[in-house]
Amino acid sequence: MKFLPLVWCNLKRKKLRTSLTILSILVAFLLFGFLCALKQSLTVGVSMAGADRLIARHKISLIMLLPESYKARMQRIPGVAAAVHQTWFGGIYQDPKNFFASMPVEPAEFRAMFPEFVLPDEQVKAWETKRNGGIVGRVTAERFGWKIGDRIPIRSPIWQRAGGNDGWEFDLVGIFDGAKKGTDLSQFFFRYDYFDEARARGKGQVGWYTVRIENPENAAEIARTIDAEFANSPYETKTEPEGAFAQGFAQQVGDIGKMLIAILSAVFFTILLVAGNTMAQAVRERTEELGVLKAMGFTNELVLALVLAESMVITAAGGLAGLGLAWLVAANGSPAPSILPVFYLPPRDVLIGVGLVGALGLVAGLLPAVQAMRLQIAVALRRQG
Amino acid sequence: MTQLINWFSQVLAVSLFNFRSLPMRAGSSAAAAVGIAGVVAVLVGFLSIAEGFRKAVISSGADDIALVLRSGADSEMSSGLDRDDVRVIADAPGVARQLDGPLASAELFVIIDLPKRSTHTSANVPLRGVEKAAISVRGNLKVIQGRAFEPGKNEVMVGAGAARAFSGLDLGRKIRVGQNDWDVVGIFTAGGGLAESEIWTDAAVLQPAYNRGSSFQSVYAKLSSAGAFTAFKDSLTADPRLKVKVLRQSEYLAEQSTSVTGFIRSIGVFIAALMALGALFGALNTMYSAVSARTREIATLRALGFGAGPVVVSVMFESLGLALMGGAFGAVGAYFAFNGFQASTMNWQTFSQVAFAFTVTPSLLINAIVWAAIIGLLGGLFPAMRAARLPIAAALRET
Amino acid sequence: MSQSNEILVRVRDADKVFRRGSEEIHVLSGLNLEVPKGEFLALMGPSGSGKSTLLNLIGGLDRATRGTVEIGGERIDSMSDRQLAGWRARHIGLVFQFYNLLPVLTAERNVELPLLLTHLSKGERRQHVEAALKVVNLSHRARHYPRTLSGGEQQRTGIARAIVTDPTLLLCDEPTGDLDRKSGDEILSLLQALNREQGKTIIMVTHDPHASARATRTVHLDKGQLVTEPAP
Repeated sequence: MKFLPLVWCNLKRKKLRTSLTILSILVAFLLFGFLCALKQSLTVGVSMAGADRLIARHKISLIMLLPESYKARMQRIPGVAAAVHQTWFGGIYQDPKNFFASMPVEPAEFRAMFPEFVLPDEQVKAWETKRNGGIVGRVTAERFGWKIGDRIPIRSPIWQRAGGNDGWEFDLVGIFDGAKKGTDLSQFFFRYDYFDEARARGKGQVGWYTVRIENPENAAEIARTIDAEFANSPYETKTEPEGAFAQGFAQQVGDIGKMLIAILSAVFFTILLVAGNTMAQAVRERTEELGVLKAMGFTNELVLALVLAESMVITAAGGLAGLGLAWLVAANGSPAPSILPVFYLPPRDVLIGVGLVGALGLVAGLLPAVQAMRLQIAVALRRQG
Repeated sequence: MTQLINWFSQVLAVSLFNFRSLPMRAGSSAAAAVGIAGVVAVLVGFLSIAEGFRKAVISSGADDIALVLRSGADSEMSSGLDRDDVRVIADAPGVARQLDGPLASAELFVIIDLPKRSTHTSANVPLRGVEKAAISVRGNLKVIQGRAFEPGKNEVMVGAGAARAFSGLDLGRKIRVGQNDWDVVGIFTAGGGLAESEIWTDAAVLQPAYNRGSSFQSVYAKLSSAGAFTAFKDSLTADPRLKVKVLRQSEYLAEQSTSVTGFIRSIGVFIAALMALGALFGALNTMYSAVSARTREIATLRALGFGAGPVVVSVMFESLGLALMGGAFGAVGAYFAFNGFQASTMNWQTFSQVAFAFTVTPSLLINAIVWAAIIGLLGGLFPAMRAARLPIAAALRET
Repeated sequence: MSQSNEILVRVRDADKVFRRGSEEIHVLSGLNLEVPKGEFLALMGPSGSGKSTLLNLIGGLDRATRGTVEIGGERIDSMSDRQLAGWRARHIGLVFQFYNLLPVLTAERNVELPLLLTHLSKGERRQHVEAALKVVNLSHRARHYPRTLSGGEQQRTGIARAIVTDPTLLLCDEPTGDLDRKSGDEILSLLQALNREQGKTIIMVTHDPHASARATRTVHLDKGQLVTEPAP
């Protein structure tokens, strides 16, 4: 501890350089945090998927509809605890840029299937009594300043009401929160009975099913049973675990996500290279001083530790500030809510970041520190004389 | 005039002096240049994705092709038209005609699950059902392998981009749609446009396979000229039998690409800006230490009568030189790394895949080099000012 | 205090060879030197004669190619680097021509540096620092940074740093080489006082006869060998 003031004084030697180095490391870790949040955002469906949930959709493609009657048939399959359906509504609020997902559902069954959406009891009751009632996630409610009791006009490019009218109106009866971090709070749900009665075509047809199974270990087998049940009908199904489905969806964005990560990693390491070089230079400039310390009796190990401590302090200051800033940025909401509805910095990535800060401090400091350690006193002192 | 010449010769002298000492500072100079090369490469990388995607989506958009959708639909995917609508649209004024009828094609646009070649995970590949006029309407379609599909048969032809990106789309192979196998009989190009990401077949065959009865989703009409669009549009929107919206193909495609390109561009610029900041700090550090390492030389020059101006300019020169070197390196690297790189991603408007190639354009490279130059100038400015303000007497004593 | 006859420094048959490319440079060849405890020895010689190298060998800063170095009965040439570092911290005080103070530390912090290697508490360290600064008559400048001190003051700080651990042996490499005559005289008086009043054994490299005149004995080096060594 008594050596800390020495480390500190060395950092203050060139305040400008120290600050610039700290700032560039800050930028690197801000980017790192942003990258992690982005990656999380692109794959959040996978990590949030329930292990005991399957998704069943039309075998040919996701856009094709399935009969509503499949629900009862699925629930009769042994090992299936429940099945609920959703239908892509594609709702547009005011402008297509304001995109968020919207689906008609059957409220009670839906809430039982997805306990991650938390809705206060009185709002649950209100939704049960109001046919044109809808609920929305906290994020979208705040994005548009919606309050409970508001009448929300939503246009659907897919579903018209009888008479070819594509304008729908819903009364907002509830705003839900997430039971855990990472829950998608951008979605809007409304009642299927109201939707089915009002739509002009496609009555009795739904988009896809979520199936809860009693034992996650049987997932593959039950998925096969479900698909076999509907084989050779006009509406064949393709059933897979929710996680696999989400994974597949993330893969659709795929190449770009991977590209982003590759590029950001390159960025990160470039900045680290620059910062590391500066630190090495700061040590090289002090060759004679280090020689004097060693002449005085500072051991090689002590000199190594002093130089490493210096580099650790710099990286810790920049890195932790950068991570903190990234966390703040992420906590402030998604930069592109329509495309990335969920955007946050997972604690696991913060930990990885802290680990990287430590590793960077070591790596950036190690080379100059070893040089300092190996320094021949007589040579170091002669440079000056 | 002589003063000016004198000034320039001073700048030259000091700059030469600086550059000669560059090898002694090779490490930190190289690091700064690498930092800037990184910024430029990243910027070029991101913009080339956006550019490639934009090009793939909009490049084939024509002003004299009109697209008719159900009013309220935001894309072909969500549109729907029935047989009667289609007939009215094809007969509207402004549609170009051939001997066998109007140049209009009623089409279906659906997606089919196919695995990506790169990851073997399933992807939504667009599948388009067209009428026989479709190829004449587009005008830029060329079958480069095999032949076009035959009407009434379970046959498809595949866009070159889709053929590259998705498994099973090879000539002679079969793809499965529901209970039927469809033969891949041809591969086509479409001037680099969006159609190259699609699979085409006969609309009449696709309708039953997707339970569409006799309905379509869109009508593509070749107009007699680009100017005929307004008359065509007005006659359709005024027609009480129809509830449609009419767009030029070029407009429609531009709209389709905004979401993804906007997203990539904004993220790209944000990241490049942050990175530029990081590189700027690096450049500043390098130039500050370059100046401080030469404190004595600079003071000596000043004592000999060199002006402050040439010292400032020479430091800026060096910084700019490093930045441009780094920038050029990054740009060339990015060109070879990214240009032509094949990728595919989802177009959010239609949930379907677009195959595209990263595209590095000259304007994009210039853009990136400008960034590098700005970093270089800013990175040199402050250290240069410090150099100019050095108190000569004190600096001379410095060791 | 008077000189005793106990030998503190004993250098035997010391060779030091540097390599520059394929060329071998013999800086010291077969050098023998004995320094009794309490002596103030001046080492003189033209530049390149090996006097600084000899000083480095005695201070454990460098190793001889051949030969032995024994200080206070300990063979320092056979110590490991780590042992040597600890040994220097306990036994050697160093004074440099260019002072070699750390510019980022105040005078008192510079003086405190060698004490960081001991087990002294913060309070004890402060006492030692104050005492050392008092000896060199620089208590009033304790909080100043080296760049605000004159050359003489910087060298006095350097001497305070060298004596703060109460070392067995004080090694000075051209301590007045960078100073004007007046400041140089002050430094020499200070060293002389340390030798006479506190019995410090001092070895000083210099090429200035004016400085060597203050020593109790002077030896001359030339081409790596002692030219004269009058009996102690």
